[in-house]
Amino acid sequence: MAKILIDTKAEAKLSLKEKEDTLALCPFAAIEVVNGNLVINDKCRLCMSCVRKGPAGVYLFEEDKVEELDKSQYQGITVYLDNHDDKIHPVSIELLGKARELADKISTPLYALLIGHNLSETLKQLDGYPIDKIFVYDDKKLAQARIETSTAIFSAFNQSVKPAVILVGATVWGRSLGPRVAAKLKTGLTADCTKLDIKENSDLVQIRPAFGGNIMAQIVTPNHRPQMATVRYKIFSPLTKTGHHPEVVYQDVPSDLVITTEILKSHVKEKAPSISDAEILVAVGRGFKAEKDLEMARELAELLGGQLACTRPLIEAGWLDASLQIGLSGRTVKPKLIVCLGISGSVQFKAGMENAELILAVNQDEHATIFDVAHQGFVGDLYQIVPAWIKALQERSS
Amino acid sequence: MNILVCLKQVPGSTKVDIDETTGVLKRDGVDSKMNPYDLYALEYALSLKQEGDTITAFSMGPNQAIDMLKEAFGMGVDEAVLLSDRALAGADVLATSYAISQGIALLGDFDLILCGKQTTDGDTAQVGPELAQWLSLPHGANVIKIEEITDSDVTITLTTELGSQTQKLPRPCLLTIEKDANTPRLPSYKKLQATKDKEIRILGVKDLKDKDPKHYGLNGSPTQVERIFPPSVNTDKILHQGTPQELTKAFVNALKEARFL
Repeated sequence: MAKILIDTKAEAKLSLKEKEDTLALCPFAAIEVVNGNLVINDKCRLCMSCVRKGPAGVYLFEEDKVEELDKSQYQGITVYLDNHDDKIHPVSIELLGKARELADKISTPLYALLIGHNLSETLKQLDGYPIDKIFVYDDKKLAQARIETSTAIFSAFNQSVKPAVILVGATVWGRSLGPRVAAKLKTGLTADCTKLDIKENSDLVQIRPAFGGNIMAQIVTPNHRPQMATVRYKIFSPLTKTGHHPEVVYQDVPSDLVITTEILKSHVKEKAPSISDAEILVAVGRGFKAEKDLEMARELAELLGGQLACTRPLIEAGWLDASLQIGLSGRTVKPKLIVCLGISGSVQFKAGMENAELILAVNQDEHATIFDVAHQGFVGDLYQIVPAWIKALQERSS
Repeated sequence: MNILVCLKQVPGSTKVDIDETTGVLKRDGVDSKMNPYDLYALEYALSLKQEGDTITAFSMGPNQAIDMLKEAFGMGVDEAVLLSDRALAGADVLATSYAISQGIALLGDFDLILCGKQTTDGDTAQVGPELAQWLSLPHGANVIKIEEITDSDVTITLTTELGSQTQKLPRPCLLTIEKDANTPRLPSYKKLQATKDKEIRILGVKDLKDKDPKHYGLNGSPTQVERIFPPSVNTDKILHQGTPQELTKAFVNALKEARFL
């Protein structure tokens, strides 16, 4: 099995103090000094921090040999089209946008996978997009989306097409179906990627926040195909129509589809305008000292023609509804303008908004990490600045 | 009815910082707690319990997770099992869910397996559905309510993109429970005292049916972390300092430049 080894010869050159200093290398407290010797305990997650950052030659990684995979056997980047009731979720079109770029980079085709019944309406919406092939599985057993039937279709599709990559939108449905499929195909699935790239050998470079959020991890799936990843809505830009007529390929639906789940009823909630669809947002954070002070943020939002949004602590304080939370545990947003007020800028928050076109931020602390993503930062007290901004905007409009 | 609940011990604080100059990870304390999302699954299991039913808590992780399982005893679970082995280190979602499925397979039959919808450290929400696939059980994710349990099926209502959906799944099945589906109880002091010497069954890879170390931990993981790095920094940012009046001028200019005014 793979593990971290300690080279005792290299270790012997270290003083006890130096040994103790290396304990801080591990984010999981998996390095200990026992009777003067370095020991790796069972908390080790093989994150390699000690190997990379430790004193030369002390921490060694013992890897097991893996069989080489013939990657040329797997071609094409596939986007699963998340469709319900003749509508394709916009995250699928965004994934097609990124996938087109990746496919062009390594000269491989862009595929789309569509599952359902009576799909002509849905296919019409796809006409004009530069997709090379749309693989369609149409059957009355697929009229209602079920995890079990969709998983079986993915499996049949994978066997017949052998794609290098399958991308799934991280909708509620995609987050339930994606992992089911990945386990069925015994492959890797990287959740909620915020950046994607591809290597010449078709290895997908998947980047997402890790270890609770303050660090980014670059993840690859080097010995398995297909490589699977999910991406949230509003991370990538949608594919633009070019007038291309994608080739539609009707696939055989397996005759042995089993249905055991009975769908009794679906309830569509009255949808409040989602912050994900807003073009202008004013986001508030812990810099606000009292709930009533949010009024000035509301007023600023109104003057800008935008909506109010917030960070997680304000939801936890019960000041605002959970649907207004930006971040990986809330919603991802990509507005034309976002004004961040009193937000320090956790990775988890920034990952949910850093693709906004214009980011303005107010914070008292000039070292606040929100300024790392803001295009323009304003250092000062929001209690002085926001009223001044409101006044200026009111004067302009009158 | 036999119900199994999957629990994970997670870091007490999610704050992990990276030292910009050395690239070394810095941790804020090493305390641990039960994954907050798992509390809703555990509460659901305990609330469904009737006389003669057994609730088993299952966890995978370092030995330290024993503390968390003791807490689960204090809340009312009947049995606790910990799968713990160095060979499991570095497992991604596929290898984790596979190891858990191997562990559960040793424990006999369950009518219902409940999981939290995600963890606060991994945040993927993937282990539940992958575990269901390995166990060949139907699953429902983001379950708000278990409506009815009969001898043959379980009726649930789950969150969907547009609202909710009510489904009937055959029994046994696996459910991941939505946050706020209920109000989790706290461990009771009396129960904690009464169960403090209660045995926790510890399993290792050698106990599993599939003992091949290549299928577990980093070796059994298709995904690999190539590198970790601090989040990107916008280098051509503009930082305005000055009086509120100066900052207002700069704000209005920024809006004008981008044609919002």
